Amino acid sequence: MISKAVCLVALMVPFCAASADMAPGPERQRELIHFVRQECGFCHGLRLTGGLGSPLTAQAMRDKPMDTLVAVILHGIPGTAMPGWQPFLAEPEVVWIVKSLQEGFPNDVK
Amino acid sequence: MTSNKLLPALALAILSFTTLAADPVGNGPLRGTGDLGIAVERAKGSLQWLDTTKMTSLGRIEGLGDLSHASAVFSRDERYAYVFGRDGGLTKVDLLTGTIARRVMQSGNSIGGAISQDGRFIAAANYTPGGVKIFDSDSLDLVADIPTGSKVIGLEDIPGNRFGFSLWDKDEIWIADLSGDPKNPRLTKFTNIGHQPYDALVSPDGRWYVAGLYGEDGIAVLDTWNLEAGVKRALPDYGRGEEKLPVYKMPHLETWAMVGNLAFIPGVGHHEVVIVDTATWTQAGVIPVAGQPVFVMAQPDGRRLWVNFAFPNYDTVQVIDVPSQRVVHTMKPGVAVLHMEFAPRGEAVWLSVRDGNRLEVYDTASFRKLAELPADAPSGIFFTARAHRFGL
Repeated sequence: MISKAVCLVALMVPFCAASADMAPGPERQRELIHFVRQECGFCHGLRLTGGLGSPLTAQAMRDKPMDTLVAVILHGIPGTAMPGWQPFLAEPEVVWIVKSLQEGFPNDVK
Repeated sequence: MTSNKLLPALALAILSFTTLAADPVGNGPLRGTGDLGIAVERAKGSLQWLDTTKMTSLGRIEGLGDLSHASAVFSRDERYAYVFGRDGGLTKVDLLTGTIARRVMQSGNSIGGAISQDGRFIAAANYTPGGVKIFDSDSLDLVADIPTGSKVIGLEDIPGNRFGFSLWDKDEIWIADLSGDPKNPRLTKFTNIGHQPYDALVSPDGRWYVAGLYGEDGIAVLDTWNLEAGVKRALPDYGRGEEKLPVYKMPHLETWAMVGNLAFIPGVGHHEVVIVDTATWTQAGVIPVAGQPVFVMAQPDGRRLWVNFAFPNYDTVQVIDVPSQRVVHTMKPGVAVLHMEFAPRGEAVWLSVRDGNRLEVYDTASFRKLAELPADAPSGIFFTARAHRFGL
């Protein structure tokens, strides 16, 4: 219960778990996996196979440029339902998320 | 003990024995299903099988596939739940035995569905390929296929054995009428109804089909008693000139509260519940709340609204008193309260707390917690009483 509350607070405070040029640590990675599977999963599906949002499977993400994907996650896509997640995610975390999506996203381990 | 007191007891004992002995499947004594329900365990692809009278789980029902964003409707005898899965699976679950009665993969990617007024047809709304499929509720055999060329949202049953649905990519509302030849539903299409309809609701009497718009301000309103009048736009000024907050979770329009002529809906991109005067379809006010509402659900008596919220405020639930239009209670059950469902007459409400891996039951009058049940990352909760209501 307490650790879950800490996770949520951590998600809301960018840069608290990752410095500007460092990949997130193992604990933060676990939080990010949960975050992507659950929160992104509302529109993109828990299995990331798509829904109202497009599929985020490795096959769908592999050939898209890193910069574009990072910008989409941070700032959203105007005119669509995709919001910007900048208040909750630091750029290195988003880079790690995109890389992980392109390689095939890990499963949520609680 | 006198014999006139002993006799009923004896009769009861014999009756119980007979009932048990007569049970054909070995699942205990005969019972009804009007107080049963399910809660979706979204990551596990399973259901908690619930008894709302005893406030217990009767077990877990497994093997339903990808249940992200799953929803359910019920057969009119309240025995079967039809569960729509994200992976396009349509599963018919027997609530008497706690088993899967039938299961078909009906599309690549589904969002939800509805059951017809006469209970004979299940309609599923699909994203990939976009369209609506109609199934026989008994056999789950395909009856009709309605391609739309768009993601379908807000599929609802309406009187006259019709279904209404909206097209996210095309800004249209379609009505499919099954009252003639169900294999060839008669379609009525309304275009330019407003940009990006994201969900819809049907009024408790089944008359009004209302689609919420994500891509612009306002809502689209269709009077199903008078389709010729077409779709009317309402609340065009809601939120005008104000910057919308990013929407981290699409709101749901499922049911509404009506007191006199007032209805209450989530304000998209705002920390508000919007009050709508349904006599004129104009805005009658707003109620400030703790975040962006996802569900604004009325107790069956209409006296209070229960509101849950989008990320990052989804640890909170607020209760609004309808007559005074004020928040009267705020609670924080835990991270990710995804859904709420009332007992059939609303004396209790059930909440799913996703990251807490539990369901919580509250007394709606005193807000006292009545029960907690373990559940794996629960999302939607659906009780059989939905069987006899339009639009649920």
